[in-house]
Amino acid sequence: MRHRLRIAVGPVQFRIGSDWAEPVAALARLYAGYPQDDARPAEATVRLFAARPWRRWLRPSVHIGGDFVVPDALPLPLSMGLLAAEMGMNLQVALGWRRHMLLHASAVAKNGRALIMSGESGSGKSTLAALLGEGDWRLMGDEFTLIDPAGGDAFAFPRAVSLKNEAIAEIAARVDPSRLGPLLAATPKGDIRHLIPRTDAVAAMHEPAHPALLLFPRFGGETAIEPMGEGEAFVRLTEASTNYVALGEAGFAALTRLVRETPAFGISYPDSAAGMALVEQLWAEAAK
Amino acid sequence: MADRTYRAAPADALRVEPLGELTAIFDRRSMQTHLVVSPMPEILGAMGADACNAADLATRLAAAFDLDGDDDVQPILAERLGELAAMGLVERA
Repeated sequence: MRHRLRIAVGPVQFRIGSDWAEPVAALARLYAGYPQDDARPAEATVRLFAARPWRRWLRPSVHIGGDFVVPDALPLPLSMGLLAAEMGMNLQVALGWRRHMLLHASAVAKNGRALIMSGESGSGKSTLAALLGEGDWRLMGDEFTLIDPAGGDAFAFPRAVSLKNEAIAEIAARVDPSRLGPLLAATPKGDIRHLIPRTDAVAAMHEPAHPALLLFPRFGGETAIEPMGEGEAFVRLTEASTNYVALGEAGFAALTRLVRETPAFGISYPDSAAGMALVEQLWAEAAK
Repeated sequence: MADRTYRAAPADALRVEPLGELTAIFDRRSMQTHLVVSPMPEILGAMGADACNAADLATRLAAAFDLDGDDDVQPILAERLGELAAMGLVERA
């Protein structure tokens, strides 16, 4: 492919190839502060390619490919090439990674201990993690959290945070504009703007943190805290893991250990301030 | 309905982890995870390596739990055995 880039996010070394310069340039800007080691072998390959050669010029549309391909993934217009690249990176990790158990969850850490937040799109887990990461927490990731099957530690995957819709203004009001990517308006996932994690979060991306608290946030509704039993947390996390089945018994062992050793709660909150207050309250108890 | 005889999966085929009210069972042969509630783990535990039917199980479980004189127990156990067989955790002996 004519435009290439390597990016290391946590333990994953990506090799990205694109028919167009724009998505690669946008990625290079978002990931400029990440450690570069081009000699390291790539673990995941993402390809953004034109469906037909002339499509590179005429109404260009970006197809996502790589080691794993979802046959019905929509091509996106070139203006959303950055989103296509992000989706491609997520896909390769979600389907291909085997070294850790992969949870579709955000995570932040403090004093070597991790808070893991799992939820559907729209639960607010990304926004909460991003906001906490601007305070005295280390952002570990807004989308994936990796669990080491052997020791149970959480490992970070601090890709550029994908801020959506209302979260964009909320975060933009707090950070230097140089840490924000271009606004991708009206994508299939709504408006999207990427946030470059803080330098200290990127520098610490290889440091493990032991899970201390599991939260299942739900944005909207009255403030509420609901303790969650080990069984329910186990079921929810098998659903939130993209490679639980592929890991076999190692995944089973990692997940039973995680839910046994880590207190879990469902939380509902009407706004981010209330959500953060709940997090700090539960953390104060869990981290004792 | 005939009281069918079943045999539990070999002990080294299953990894059983109680998680509060649920019990997670990993079947090493199929790589499947099963989530069950009481009395499934108790039934598997009581079967051991022997072939047994619902009547045998009722006797064994009565010794461990307070089941005396309950006529409903045997048909319920027969039904649960059928469900365990559908999950592949026991098989017809």
